[in-house]
Amino acid sequence: MAKVKGAIVVDIERCKGCELCVISCPTNVIAMSRKVNSKGYHYAYMEHPDACNGCTNCAIVCPDGVITVYRKKIETSDV
Amino acid sequence: MEEDFVLMKGNEALAEAAIRAGVDGYFGYPITPQSEVMEYLTAARPWERTGMVVFQAESEVAAINMLYGGAGAGKKVMTSSSSPGISLMQEGLSYIAGAELPVVVANIVRGGPGLGTIQPAQSDYFQATKGGGHGDYHLLVLAPSSVQEMADFVELAFDLAFKYRNPVMILSDGAIGQMMEKVKFKPQKPRMRDDELPEWATTGKKPNRERNIITSLDLDPYRQERFNHHLQEKYRRMCEEEVRYETFQSDDADYLLVAYGTSARICQKAVQLAREEGIRAGLLRPITLYPFPVKEIAALAGQVKGMLSVEMSAGQMVEDVRLSVNGRVPVEHFGRLGGVVPSPEEIVEALKQKLIKD
Amino acid sequence: MAHDLKDIISEENIVYKKTKVLTDKPMHYCPGCGHSTLHRIIAEVIEEMGIQDKTIGIAPVGCAVFMYDYIDVDSQEAAHGRAPALATAIKRLLPDRYVFTYQGDGDLAAIGTAETIHACNRGENITMFFVNNGIYGMTGGQMAPTTLTGMRTSTTPYGRDDSLMGHPIKITDLVAQLPGTYYVTRQAVHTPAYVRRTKKAVRKAFEYQMRGKGVSFVEVVSNCNSGWKMPPVQAVKWLDENMLPFYPLGDIKVPED
Repeated sequence: MAKVKGAIVVDIERCKGCELCVISCPTNVIAMSRKVNSKGYHYAYMEHPDACNGCTNCAIVCPDGVITVYRKKIETSDV
Repeated sequence: MEEDFVLMKGNEALAEAAIRAGVDGYFGYPITPQSEVMEYLTAARPWERTGMVVFQAESEVAAINMLYGGAGAGKKVMTSSSSPGISLMQEGLSYIAGAELPVVVANIVRGGPGLGTIQPAQSDYFQATKGGGHGDYHLLVLAPSSVQEMADFVELAFDLAFKYRNPVMILSDGAIGQMMEKVKFKPQKPRMRDDELPEWATTGKKPNRERNIITSLDLDPYRQERFNHHLQEKYRRMCEEEVRYETFQSDDADYLLVAYGTSARICQKAVQLAREEGIRAGLLRPITLYPFPVKEIAALAGQVKGMLSVEMSAGQMVEDVRLSVNGRVPVEHFGRLGGVVPSPEEIVEALKQKLIKD
Repeated sequence: MAHDLKDIISEENIVYKKTKVLTDKPMHYCPGCGHSTLHRIIAEVIEEMGIQDKTIGIAPVGCAVFMYDYIDVDSQEAAHGRAPALATAIKRLLPDRYVFTYQGDGDLAAIGTAETIHACNRGENITMFFVNNGIYGMTGGQMAPTTLTGMRTSTTPYGRDDSLMGHPIKITDLVAQLPGTYYVTRQAVHTPAYVRRTKKAVRKAFEYQMRGKGVSFVEVVSNCNSGWKMPPVQAVKWLDENMLPFYPLGDIKVPED
């Protein structure tokens, strides 16, 4: 059986902390970091990476296009 | 036959010359006394002859911005209007100068201020040569005084506009626009092909170059200062290389009339009348109002006893004559205002009253 | 079971990344601003259609004045409100290029109203983008023609009074009535679903340009977090509750086919 697993990479320095990705994620993967980038913005990160299925909602709503989304089919027999 | 003279109105000659100069687009708005320009163009159907676009905009504001867009895309574009409409175009001209775009604008001047009159005047000299729009820029200004020059100056204006990447104004007046004289046209010059468009123009970013951006905005004051110095350098070069003028019986003149456009034509007659009375008068006719023939007038200040600036205005060019003369000899002004055209006799009388006191 | 992220995060697994038609320069827009999102969408469509070498964009005066720093196409900066005039000339002189204007609510519906109406009336074969956030963002949050009744702005500190300033103007519905408009739609970009729909609309708006049947007009209702003085998440909620009922989303005019 195959499962789809996803992951996102956020360009931390370009994230402006608008949080639209947080509310767009259907599986609550994303949260805002308590740290800030060099511009003073709290940036988005995967708080629950396991829940990510690579749906690209976050990247699509991100105004600045700072999110790159990866998706891979994983055979569960690989576990 | 292509080479024969035809009898035509100044406005019409401007229009025909535009077609023959390979102009890509004319974007205009009706206003008296120059509506014949667009009427001639729409009747001549140059889109069938050369593919030229002839377009009536919804206002002069729209027209000048169409020129900005078309010139930004590398095309030869022009408009014509008259004083109140030219006022509406001042913002656009400032943007065009700031973006370093080549356009040609013809102002067929009428009496002002405000809605004014439809009769000819020369009261837009300040607006044309000192700015009009905001910021440190200049238009190159050509002043025709015949229907032939209305025709000849179109191609000249475009050559200068593209040479300097600057707007050029043809400053005419309602008399020249409406009068009929014989004119000879040059043969048709082809419009620019796609591959001949300037490399700075917005024609579509090919993979082998960076994108072209046409703008006049820069929020960095030091960069903007450098850019303004660059513009000033352009204007210095224009002053060095592009001054054009004509003299009439000035070699032995005691008194010099300085006049352009319609006033210059009348002054030629005034010079003749003055000479018949024993007054050695001469005329200098600036053809470029910017750059102004400063050196030439300064040189004549060493020869004459006084100068009279003759303009259909309250006295605008007279200030540039005074600046050129720099106090060496008296400089006076004579003018009729509000659309009234002076007679040669009036001019001679003014010369006698204002300069030849005894 | 935690899968090794390194397994997933590798070049061949990319399903979304920033388009090449957006430059590397970080956009200056406020966090969560619809301008950024729409720029991104337009750039993606230009890349997918393969028309980067044939597209000319016209930037407004307003927050998006530096659009040409972000979307990598030949561009011109227009005077306030005049973009449709520039576009008219460019398209008529270079009819095989894709020409688009991008304007805010002051640019398109205040100072530029004549240019907007006449370009639409003439049916210029251009694409017009209209970002409506009900406020003048760049100059500090003043009233716009599209500011809602009762909305507070820096020049309506007690709320917009319709009896003094008239009602907010639905310019998109006005231009839809002109025969020169071919495709008129109102969209949003603050949820992934809206973004996907807007992208389809933007694509149509570019494709239709070559049909020679008139203006493709895309309004995007957006939040202005700075002007509205709300953080983005709160602002998009306010947008849903206040802007969208007055400026409803959807196609206002579509071609027959």
